[in-house]
Amino acid sequence: MTVNGSTHEHDVEPRLLLVFYLREVLGLTGTKIGCDTTSCGACTVLLDGESVKSCTMFTVQADGADITTIEGLATNGDFHPMQQAFHENHGLQCGYCTAGMVMAAVSLLQEHPNPTEADVREGLEGNLCRCTGYHNIVKAVLAAAGSRQGGAA
Amino acid sequence: MTAVGTRYARREDAPILTGESRYIDDLQVPGALHIEVVRSPHAHARVTSVDGSAALAMPGVVAVFTGADLAGEWAGPMPCAWPVVEDMKSPAHFPLTPDKARYVGDGVAVVVAETRVAAKDAAEAVVVDYEVLPAVVDLEDSLADRVVINEDLGTNLAYVWELKPDEAKVEAAFASAAHVVKGRYVQQRLIPSPMEPRGVLVVPQPFGGDFTVYSATQIPHILKVMLALGLGISETNLRVVAPAVGGGFGCKLNVYAEELLCVALARKMKRPVRWTEERTENTRATIQGRGQIQEIELAADANGKVTAVRVNLVADMGAYMQLVTPGIPILGAFLYSGVYDVPAYSFTCKSVFTTMTPTDAYRGAGRPEATYAIERAMDSLARQVGVDPAEIRRRNYIPAEAFPYNSAPGLVFDSGNYDGALDKALALVGYEQLRKEQESRRDSGATRHLGIGLSSYFEMCGLAPSRALGALKYGAGGWEAASVQLLPTGKVQVTTGSSPHGQGHETCWSQIVGDRLGVSPDDVDVLHSDTAISPLGMDTYGSRSLAVGGTAVALATDKVIDKARAIAAHQLEVAEDDLEFADGVFSVKGTPERAIPIQGIAFAAFQGHNLPDGLEPNLRAEASYDPPNFVFPFGTHICVVEVDEETGRVDLLRYVAVDDCGNQINPMIVEGQVHGGIVQGVAQALFEEAAYDEDGNLLTSTLADYLVPSAAEIPSFDLDHTVTPTPTNPLGAKGIGEAGTIAATPAVINAIVDALAPLGVTDVRMPASPLRVWATIQEAKSANGKGA
Repeated sequence: MTVNGSTHEHDVEPRLLLVFYLREVLGLTGTKIGCDTTSCGACTVLLDGESVKSCTMFTVQADGADITTIEGLATNGDFHPMQQAFHENHGLQCGYCTAGMVMAAVSLLQEHPNPTEADVREGLEGNLCRCTGYHNIVKAVLAAAGSRQGGAA
Repeated sequence: MTAVGTRYARREDAPILTGESRYIDDLQVPGALHIEVVRSPHAHARVTSVDGSAALAMPGVVAVFTGADLAGEWAGPMPCAWPVVEDMKSPAHFPLTPDKARYVGDGVAVVVAETRVAAKDAAEAVVVDYEVLPAVVDLEDSLADRVVINEDLGTNLAYVWELKPDEAKVEAAFASAAHVVKGRYVQQRLIPSPMEPRGVLVVPQPFGGDFTVYSATQIPHILKVMLALGLGISETNLRVVAPAVGGGFGCKLNVYAEELLCVALARKMKRPVRWTEERTENTRATIQGRGQIQEIELAADANGKVTAVRVNLVADMGAYMQLVTPGIPILGAFLYSGVYDVPAYSFTCKSVFTTMTPTDAYRGAGRPEATYAIERAMDSLARQVGVDPAEIRRRNYIPAEAFPYNSAPGLVFDSGNYDGALDKALALVGYEQLRKEQESRRDSGATRHLGIGLSSYFEMCGLAPSRALGALKYGAGGWEAASVQLLPTGKVQVTTGSSPHGQGHETCWSQIVGDRLGVSPDDVDVLHSDTAISPLGMDTYGSRSLAVGGTAVALATDKVIDKARAIAAHQLEVAEDDLEFADGVFSVKGTPERAIPIQGIAFAAFQGHNLPDGLEPNLRAEASYDPPNFVFPFGTHICVVEVDEETGRVDLLRYVAVDDCGNQINPMIVEGQVHGGIVQGVAQALFEEAAYDEDGNLLTSTLADYLVPSAAEIPSFDLDHTVTPTPTNPLGAKGIGEAGTIAATPAVINAIVDALAPLGVTDVRMPASPLRVWATIQEAKSANGKGA
């Protein structure tokens, strides 16, 4: 599979979840584990461009896939616009949900480039945050959408 | 230069946003053993035998230990640092129970294996025989001692704690009252649920005797002391590090079985040992919050002026006393008269053991419970007297000119302007217009009812002074420590005893220090959460960090400036009084061209070539600050809900919060604290409950069952603030970490009751799920003879 642009080949146990492959085999610990019921979204990564909860997939199911984790989002030392928006809008506190939340938000804007507040709130329903009360996360995602539209205009 | 008061972007963000931050489970140590705790599936059961032989035979398994096997490892039972009364009863609590399990999740054995997976697989193969005993899950049932959980204690009653300054005055007030309001409220148990579960990693140096303990904790400094005492290890052999910590909310303010187990096993096995908590473990094996039955009575005169408050609590300790379990209700004991000028006060708390997970600090810890009771009761009083909820509050507020205010419960409230916050909140929400809309909806017979809920809260935070904590039998002090050092290159290095886990202390402390030194906050590095780097500290909890830890940082900075002034005077050959210090430069009054920047003095202090006689080299100072009093932030929150009479569904339409935490260092961070706090308070009102069945099984053990709200359930908020500095500390700053949680819960429930009051509803139990609200409506209707 390709992860953040690098190709990896490993023989893995059939029951190895994708999140453990990323964290323990590849050492990409930016992707977090917050629950064991696919409820919290801390493990969200992009798989072939779409957000998936990497605790809900076996590694073997991702054979041949192109995966992006939080470590692969910034380019040449510059924040991705979503990372920048989270920073500017104080969309993170303890940071444990942040990787999953940012990846889910990136995916959300790919599907809804021009979301309303309600779209953002519903779109991030699968990602829990205990610190921010979501207020500034929603603000950040809307700001990222706005800046992208601004950039396109 | 003024960074203080600005929305300085957080320096903490970049490593988090790029995935570089290392939380406990991200730390990689070759050769570490993994442990898995075998936990009781029964709430109350005698352990009759433990057979680990099948587990031991599995691949990768190194050892299996029972409570009896490890009994020699402990220097004493697990610590409780707040025995609130002399004769408090408390069962001996060990990391693995040697005799019987007292809650579902109580550890009975531990498996040690080469990998996490091997440990988990093997834990399922450990065979434990239990003699199942009856569970105790109801507080009043516990109080009746039908089943005594701890035979040696003879009762489930842990302690009775009273605060009765003048009972005669209270009785006289009730005897002559025009209005008496009684409320009985249930504070359901909550699961704190930080997004990061707990974890521990212990790296021993077997031949040197040292242990480095990494733990997802709020309290590395306190933990170090407790590990030394609990394991009989010299404190000089222990270093405790809290790496990046993914939220705490009080549940990481503790000393846990797994922390002691990992150190004990690292000592025994002479290898690194680690443990990572799973979510379904976290819901059972990490402390829970709240858990009280509250009875509150208000006496009032004909105008609705409250003349006395009387409170009787039954508080759920759970199975054991954890670090500060007994003290949690006591943190609320002084606050049940709220922000009101009440002359007579009586408080009694009976705390009982149950066969459920231990309770302890959860965001607010005692103060949300107190605020909920008084704010619900004030709304009841308003209805009884027949005045608006805003008006009943106004008539009772402690007036702004009365501060510092000697309260009937005995504390001195530092500063406040409660009318100011209320006025602002009413204007922000458009209160009069909302009341008109509510009336017109009622007149039209609409089944979607509008409700407006007010909550005027305050809280005591920055627990202090140490002497007062001693009088309350709290086991530690209320001080905080810091050091500030100018490095030879002019950069600044700060150490703080505060231990942040999301609060943004690095940013705020750098703003405080930068302003005082006249340098950019970007040149100030803040180190913390490692007892080898910041050896003195009392850690982060109870909204104490800015008011106490921030003040310590400010005082250490001022000492550095004093020393720098002496060096500057020496080098400029003038008296210290002839110098002024502005924007990081010492200059001679009247001849500003004779000047030295503080960075130059830092290098001179490092070189030591030309210092005043007797002055030590280096530009560094330490401060330990013990505040003279608590600080009392306050505010008014207003929640607007729509309740569907036909389905019981509650929609949050608006949420307005006006908070006053004194001077703000970083308004962006203050707002973030309020946002998050509000959602946790709303969650108690509407969504969350650690529900147990009658056998003591936790029914909400996953995030699929325990309803931590998502973005979809929550609106955006309208925030504003007032500024009433505290005279308690030189920053004029109060705490803000718990304010939202304290204020929000009663605001939401008051709004629901306000919406449904015309139907005869006077109370709704939390969490106010659609089913529960619907059932409450039906009960009220049938009681009023309106039919279902």
